[in-house]
Amino acid sequence: MMQDPMVRFQNVTKRHGSHIVVDGLNLDVARNEKVAIIGASGSGKTSLLRMLMALDPVDSGEIFIEGEPLTHMERQGKRLPPDMAHIRRMRGKVGMVFQSFNLFPHLTAMGNCIEAPMRVLGLTRAAAIERATELLEMVGLASRKDYYPSQLSGGQQQRVAIARALAMRPKVMLFDEVTSALDPETVGEVLTVIRRLGEEHDLTMMVVTHQMGFAREFADRVCFLHQGRICEEAPARDFFHNPQNERTRAFLRAVLEAG
Amino acid sequence: MGVTPLAIMLGLTAAALWWLAGHEDYRPFMPGLVEGAAVTMRITVAGAILAVAAALTAGLARLYAPAPLRWLAVTYVELFRGTSALVQLFWLFFVLPQFGVTIDAFTVAVLALGLNVGAYGAEVVRGAVLAVPLHQWEAGLALNLSRRQIVARIILPQAVVAMIPPWGNLFIELLKGTSLVSLITLADLTFRAQQMNQTTMQTGPIFTLVLLGYLFMSLTITIGMRLMERRAIRGLGRRA
Ligand SMILES: Nc1ncnc2c1ncn2[C@@H]1O[C@H](COP(=O)(O)OP(=O)(O)OP(=O)(O)O)[C@@H](O)[C@H]1O
Ligand SMILES: [Mg+2]
Repeated sequence: MMQDPMVRFQNVTKRHGSHIVVDGLNLDVARNEKVAIIGASGSGKTSLLRMLMALDPVDSGEIFIEGEPLTHMERQGKRLPPDMAHIRRMRGKVGMVFQSFNLFPHLTAMGNCIEAPMRVLGLTRAAAIERATELLEMVGLASRKDYYPSQLSGGQQQRVAIARALAMRPKVMLFDEVTSALDPETVGEVLTVIRRLGEEHDLTMMVVTHQMGFAREFADRVCFLHQGRICEEAPARDFFHNPQNERTRAFLRAVLEAG
Repeated sequence: MGVTPLAIMLGLTAAALWWLAGHEDYRPFMPGLVEGAAVTMRITVAGAILAVAAALTAGLARLYAPAPLRWLAVTYVELFRGTSALVQLFWLFFVLPQFGVTIDAFTVAVLALGLNVGAYGAEVVRGAVLAVPLHQWEAGLALNLSRRQIVARIILPQAVVAMIPPWGNLFIELLKGTSLVSLITLADLTFRAQQMNQTTMQTGPIFTLVLLGYLFMSLTITIGMRLMERRAIRGLGRRA
């Protein structure tokens, strides 16, 4: 029997008012797979990740993580809407890094990284600090552990945000345009961290990005989103060398021209 | 404004009080006024503690509690904001006993003034909490924190910084409001002054001392709140 995919979107639809943002979308992501999601502004990339992080509910369709439904639960053979306990259990499998970092400004880099492991996972302070120290080292910020977010550069803040998410030991990591708010010279340091993460850890990663170069060399597979549907998906090499869909070609041309 | 000018003002006020207290026209009034000031301070401090507790409870209930509790919080805020502190004092002290509930004057003073200021404070709490960006909530959710943990550990600590200056105003309102308690038989600073004024007709010295006394207390509150604000801002890693 084939193993369940790590993540499965099954006919997922999301509306805002009458506006359909994600439109009957199907997507399977295998364990440890790295998927890049690209598409024009408003094509539904962020909406997709937010539903998987259980920040927004789906309007219809189902999402599964490791074969378990996120969008409903089964009790004695009955399908029920998910309760808070169910959502929190499923959320524990997923971590997310945001475009605007969203670090907690009243906590240091270390404080940001130990808060949830202590409160949610029940780690002791010492154990949480040990775990966070390791992760801050990995993102190259061990020496800045006592700095507050306001004392860090954008690139440093984003690396702390990555360490903070990893401290919860998620199985799936979501990255939503994590370099879009950064100065050009600090984009590289964040991408390097993400790359290393992919190489050195068993992690399923879904990366929304506008950096086509990064998508090409990092991702196993690229999905092009258009109006809430996956318009084309292919292994990264094929996708960029030989896009099949006219819309994909137009999008790639536009991105290349924009530099 | 920094703390230094305020500290200088406080020092000058204290020096003026000290100097006048040595003056023979003023000296006789000092013991009575000091006793009155002690009552004023006790009501202010106890009222402030109650006000903060009531404001946090009602402010957070309005935002996060289920419907019945939310309505209760709204009712509390509107009831105490919409009627004057004087009426509340009278009602608790003179009307409530008619229903068989008698509360001593000091407790009535603390309850009425504390809950009155707490009603305004609830709106301060609510506003400061709402001013924390929504993405802080989402970052907390993405880390799988519970709603309660997000409010207590993420939202409130950030909101506190914005709450401190308006709370400074509220505490000073509370201090000034204590002058009403003379109407329910408590011998606060204002009551003592009026009493001595009636017997001695020495309005000038008495009310000069009272003025300086209130100024001294309100400057202490202002400086205390400024220092708290500074600390809170430092806690965000920013320079005060
Ligand atoms: N809370 C909301 N209320 C109303 N409309 C929304 C809301 N969130 C998103 N939308 C709309 O949904 C559509 C998809 O948004 P989404 O953020 O998923 O796009 P995106 O692909 O991430 O775009 P970008 O590249 O600009 O980040 C957009 O048209 C957006 O205006
Ligand atoms: Mg987006």
